[in-house]
Amino acid sequence: MVVLACILALAGCKKSGSPESGHAGKTVIQNTGSDTMVNLAQAWAEEYAMVDSTVSVEVSGGGSGTGIAALIDGTVDIANCSRKVEPQEIEQAKKNSGKEPKEFMLGFDALAVYVRKNNPLEEITLAQLAAIYGEGGKTTKWSDLGIKLPGDSSDEIIRVSRQSNSGTYAYFREAILGKGRDFKLGSRDMHGSKDVVELVSKTPGAIGYSGMGYATREVKMVRVAKKAGDQAYAPNVENTLNHTYPISRPLFMYTLGEPNAATKKYLDWLHSAAGQKIVAQSGYVPLPESTAPTATPKDK
Amino acid sequence: MGQRRWHNLSETLIEWVIRLCGISAIICVFGIFFFVFREGADLLFHRFDIVQFLFSQEWYPTSQSHIRYGVLALIAGTASVTVLAMLMAVPFGLGAAIFVSEFCGPKMKEALKITIELLAAIPSVVWGFIGLTVMNPLIITVFHAPIGLNVLNGGIILALMSVPIIVSIAEDALKAVPDSYREAGLALGATRWQLIYRVLLPAAKNGLLAAVLLGVGRAVGETMAVLMATGHAVKIPTSLLDSVRTLTATIAAELGEAPMHSDHYQVLFIIGILLFSLTFAVNLIADLIVKGIRNK
Repeated sequence: MVVLACILALAGCKKSGSPESGHAGKTVIQNTGSDTMVNLAQAWAEEYAMVDSTVSVEVSGGGSGTGIAALIDGTVDIANCSRKVEPQEIEQAKKNSGKEPKEFMLGFDALAVYVRKNNPLEEITLAQLAAIYGEGGKTTKWSDLGIKLPGDSSDEIIRVSRQSNSGTYAYFREAILGKGRDFKLGSRDMHGSKDVVELVSKTPGAIGYSGMGYATREVKMVRVAKKAGDQAYAPNVENTLNHTYPISRPLFMYTLGEPNAATKKYLDWLHSAAGQKIVAQSGYVPLPESTAPTATPKDK
Repeated sequence: MGQRRWHNLSETLIEWVIRLCGISAIICVFGIFFFVFREGADLLFHRFDIVQFLFSQEWYPTSQSHIRYGVLALIAGTASVTVLAMLMAVPFGLGAAIFVSEFCGPKMKEALKITIELLAAIPSVVWGFIGLTVMNPLIITVFHAPIGLNVLNGGIILALMSVPIIVSIAEDALKAVPDSYREAGLALGATRWQLIYRVLLPAAKNGLLAAVLLGVGRAVGETMAVLMATGHAVKIPTSLLDSVRTLTATIAAELGEAPMHSDHYQVLFIIGILLFSLTFAVNLIADLIVKGIRNK
């Protein structure tokens, strides 16, 4: 009896384990790259498991560069990337596989600069932000910016930042401080986007940066200008989409050449209303309605 | 005959099980130390700048241009918060223990002990939450501080967390002093204070020291509450109202996202080794002090 059961079980195993599918008879889509996008990608993957139970999307981070490198090596199906693919990466991909990385834009990431509701600061320039946050930056007091905080609050600018391996931290560093420059030590490094807003809402002299989706009623999102004299823009969906808000960037996924059927189906779903809803829920800016189906109609 | 042999056998078996339980602590400690050490060893022995690690306050683990791993500010953070917490918790804890064990009536004693145990059962993340949402605005209003997440906040939270441990262990230590000591003291005409100061405290000193040390251990090792209450800023504090960051909080905040076996990951484990050595040193010194007192 026992032997018989064993044989039956083994036979069952063999039948389900066809060569091109994974252990449980599932198609696996490997998805690696941008740390900023890893939570979003994870949320997509979890939701997609309920939409199509025959496909399992495996998500990991490591950084945009890591994702593209893995894509060129052919070890992943989709690379997440919070920047455009660089020309030498395209060259390398062509040399390796004869295929070019194919780009899919899936949404935008806009970082808002937060202060407390009653802070008179209305707008700020990128240079001022760099002087506040950057290593060697001279701005440490609100009076340096010509701001007088209401009541008898302390004049010190309380810099609220993120822990050093967050994608938001890395993006803000690059966008505000420029390549290679570091943050000033002594900022309050919070462990989540929400914590930043929470602390700013409780601290009169605080300034912080976080996704615009995390705004609450006790904080104010400051308008940001590219340089002194330029018009400052508020972080919102519209200004992100027409590229006038300076601290925002598109979020991409790349495949090597045309995606295979399962991957294409997944990418189409990401562009659908259901997929884009998750973009908004994760605190990012979804694509404008008109451009939503950007996947090429050309089918192979 | 068979029954007796069975008895002997089970007796040996039980003895071995108990022996195993006894040495399990040693196995665990060495196991943990081995694991932490192994994870950090590659970096530690090959390309590690220990001088920079210990004496630089520049903590830039993910810098694009110049990665620096200096933990001086983190050590200062852990030390400042722990010392402040102990300055508050030790007098309060020992005082409460003396009151519970020597002064109050049985009903009061019962009520106090239950409340103190309840205090010990509050999860650390709840303490952190109190630090973040209650203490932060309170410190801003009372001290006109620019921010309420600082050494003072962390110290108060840690003191509140260590007091229950100090009280319950110190109270046990005082209770363990035989009543004949008290009777003898009173018979000699000692006042209550003299009795406590000259008889009970010296008699219970080992237990009391153990209580204080466990309190220190709790304060040094606590992570979640200090992560939330100290402001998590890499800075050597110059006043009680400065934000700091502790060693433990750094590990907690960064280990999750550091790539496995990268330098950053290994440095975090080296911080673990440092913490382990610190607590080991504290325990060893205390042990030597106790032995010293005993031999006098």
